Amino acid sequence: MIERSTTEQSMSERPKGGRSTDKPSDEAFFWLLFSAGGVVAAVLIPIQLFLFGLAFPLGWLPQPSYEHVIALARSPLARIYLFVLCSLPLFHWAHRFRFTLYDGLQVKHLNEVIFAFCYGGALLGTALAAYLLWMI
Amino acid sequence: MTDQTIAGKTMTDQSMTDQAARTEFHPRWYRKRLSTWWWLGEWHYLTFILRELSSLSVAWFVVLTLFQLRALSRGPESYSRFTDRLQSPITIALNAIAFCFIVFHTITWFNAAPRAMPVRMGGKRVPKLLVTIPNYALLFVVSAFVAWLLLRTP
Repeated sequence: MIERSTTEQSMSERPKGGRSTDKPSDEAFFWLLFSAGGVVAAVLIPIQLFLFGLAFPLGWLPQPSYEHVIALARSPLARIYLFVLCSLPLFHWAHRFRFTLYDGLQVKHLNEVIFAFCYGGALLGTALAAYLLWMI
Repeated sequence: MTDQTIAGKTMTDQSMTDQAARTEFHPRWYRKRLSTWWWLGEWHYLTFILRELSSLSVAWFVVLTLFQLRALSRGPESYSRFTDRLQSPITIALNAIAFCFIVFHTITWFNAAPRAMPVRMGGKRVPKLLVTIPNYALLFVVSAFVAWLLLRTP
């Protein structure tokens, strides 16, 4: 009896699963940014890139005038839209590119440098977008 | 002997609490090195790497958009120089490649949505198509709206 109860006790003290003793990880935060950026990239970038990158330059559709585009870009909602369009996909890129180098190209000894480059780039792009949208 | 055991125990305890418990890439594990091109052999691996590489197109698009915003903020001449540059064959080619990767990202992202977020209704899992189709509907509505905003004549 005694032996059984101690066994039960030691069983209950054992952490459930391997992860219960882990510290809360930053990975979840970065993954949230990654997936938010993934949604934005999936829904908004196709039409944006199609129009500005292909349809207007190739003359498939009439190029909107400077006045029209800047009037659109200056409206408050469009500024928020453009900020989200620039910022979140950059964090999506940061996450994926980090793992492209890590898993794809097997660059495993430069983790800190790659992390700093990817997320530093995303932060820089976000700051640039905020600045440009402020100035526009 | 006792000292050694104590030393060994403290070593173990330390490695359990401080460093080794959650170092993401543990230095002492033996891992067989894969070839850099390990993903070429199998379709699943290849699509995984192509999906990862689609992030480069995403970054390219954002850089392009930042340049566009800069040109817009500098005035009409600057903006027409920007649109001229977009007509060069190199940027057209890059944008065409990037567009293919972005479409690939969109499709794989929408297809992954029901697996990443299983929706349940009345204890049953909602069929994958019922999760995927609204995503495409959203894509269509948003795309049509953006195109309408840019193409309407004021």
